[in-house]
Amino acid sequence: MSADQPVNQTTRIRSKPRIKSSAIIVTLYLIFLLVPIYWLVNMSFKSNAEILNTFTLFPDDFTLDNYRTILTDPSWYMGYINSLTYVLLNTVISLAVALPAAYAFSRYRFFGDNHLFFWLLTNRMAPPAVFALPFFQLYSSVSLFDTHIAVALAHCLFNVPLAVWILEGFMRGVPREIDETAFIDGFGFTHFFTKIFIPMIAPGIGVTAFFCFMFSWVELLLSRTLTSVDAKPITAIMTRTVSASGLDWGVLAAAGVLTIIPGAIVIYFVRNHIAKGFALGRV
Amino acid sequence: MEKPVNQRAWILVIPVLLLVAFSSILPMMTVVNYSFQDTFGENIFFWVGLEWYRELLHSERLWDALGRQMLFSAIILSIEIPLGILVALNMPKKGVWASVCLVLMSLPLLIPYNVVGTIWQIFGRVDIGLLGRLMSDLGISYNYSQNAFDAWVTVVVMDVWHWTSLVALLSYAGLRSIPNAYYQATKIDQASRWSVFRYIELPKMQGVLMIAILLRFMDSFMIYTEPFVLTGGGPGNVTTFLSIDLVKMALGQFDLGPAAAFSLMYYLVILLISYVFYTVMVSIDKSEAKQ
Repeated sequence: MSADQPVNQTTRIRSKPRIKSSAIIVTLYLIFLLVPIYWLVNMSFKSNAEILNTFTLFPDDFTLDNYRTILTDPSWYMGYINSLTYVLLNTVISLAVALPAAYAFSRYRFFGDNHLFFWLLTNRMAPPAVFALPFFQLYSSVSLFDTHIAVALAHCLFNVPLAVWILEGFMRGVPREIDETAFIDGFGFTHFFTKIFIPMIAPGIGVTAFFCFMFSWVELLLSRTLTSVDAKPITAIMTRTVSASGLDWGVLAAAGVLTIIPGAIVIYFVRNHIAKGFALGRV
Repeated sequence: MEKPVNQRAWILVIPVLLLVAFSSILPMMTVVNYSFQDTFGENIFFWVGLEWYRELLHSERLWDALGRQMLFSAIILSIEIPLGILVALNMPKKGVWASVCLVLMSLPLLIPYNVVGTIWQIFGRVDIGLLGRLMSDLGISYNYSQNAFDAWVTVVVMDVWHWTSLVALLSYAGLRSIPNAYYQATKIDQASRWSVFRYIELPKMQGVLMIAILLRFMDSFMIYTEPFVLTGGGPGNVTTFLSIDLVKMALGQFDLGPAAAFSLMYYLVILLISYVFYTVMVSIDKSEAKQ
């Protein structure tokens, strides 16, 4: 017992500072991440007069007026509805076309498969700025300008490759013996795919849907270029407010907080897959 | 196990092929078209050959924007990659705190790009921002909308704030895949912290770091929304990166020809560099699979 004591002490002394320094580094980093967000949330509960005239770390005069403005004024809340509409459309389209393709890439080799796979990735690399003008003309010429479906299709440019890559990453983890056994047992492909395979990779589909949702939700340039009134997304409405004079900072901050909420809610469920999603299924 | 060859797999790929072709090749062809033509309006076009390309290669505006873009990508890569690795190395390995860290760190990644700009605008402004106020209280002159250097620092810090977590999360995922036996072996050998990092952790993170560098390079090279909202490309032109310049040219001034030629060259540069990264990535994947 007494012989153990010094050993314990030395290990404690040696390991203690390291735990501390790593905790300090991570804490400092988290503070750096959270302080600007705290300021946004703080602003959203202040009146415009308080924002401009006084400097307070917490709202003196706590108000929900900014949120009330957004939730009662159609020119604000319609932005959220428009965004949600095209984001959901895009997620459904992307998943529907990406599922079979990802299966093909994960299970078979075929003529040109590697080139095709890379070509898909190149679309994720394409700067949206390059596509802004041609998309505007393309969707105007088929009179889809200012519709939700136009934005949904435009976002397929980067979301479909993303979905294919992430899903392929998840499907590779499913052993191929399962497919072969099912085919030997007499399952047709469609039956096998919908009844057996899709339930097996349900978590992967969930994660992919989350990322399609997210990348469509955060995008501004294409959605702003392709809409004017009827399908104008919340992100574009926010930049319009910025450029107008007489800024209502409180309302702007509240609108920003509301755009963060969808991601913040779902984040907990995908936390273990989030690296895989951002790495296009490659981790 | 080798995948079997099956040409019918093409049928499963066709929907993707058609959709992406519609949203990528078709618009791209109009860009190629414009880049060789000039117009006086009213849909009358005539062939100018390589005129736009020649003009662009001699335009200072493009080279300046390209220079700023390269500098920006280089700076943020050299900050975000080491910082991300540092954070990943120090993150808790398991338990509640690991989850808390993962969730909080992911938060900036999921914020709409323009809101990121708004957050930093509100945060940095001298009149209403916490950072701006703090700076002026400390007696440091700081104004990102007037001073070129301040604008650059703000845009860089904003990008570090926005995307370092991506590097950290990827590195963390790479670190988690190292079997515990490796660490036990280093303890027996009494390896220093540095050599553990250099000979065990870094090689294991190689694959994910390549992805992180590829993604960060690509996305920083086409950054548009965040600096557009924060500084609008100013003061003057100092934070006008390639995408901002291109959108100004294409949608602002409606210079179709030059904008199209600009687009193509821009796209090709990204493609070329990304292809190099991708090739390296695939070869790392293969050598890891062999081990």
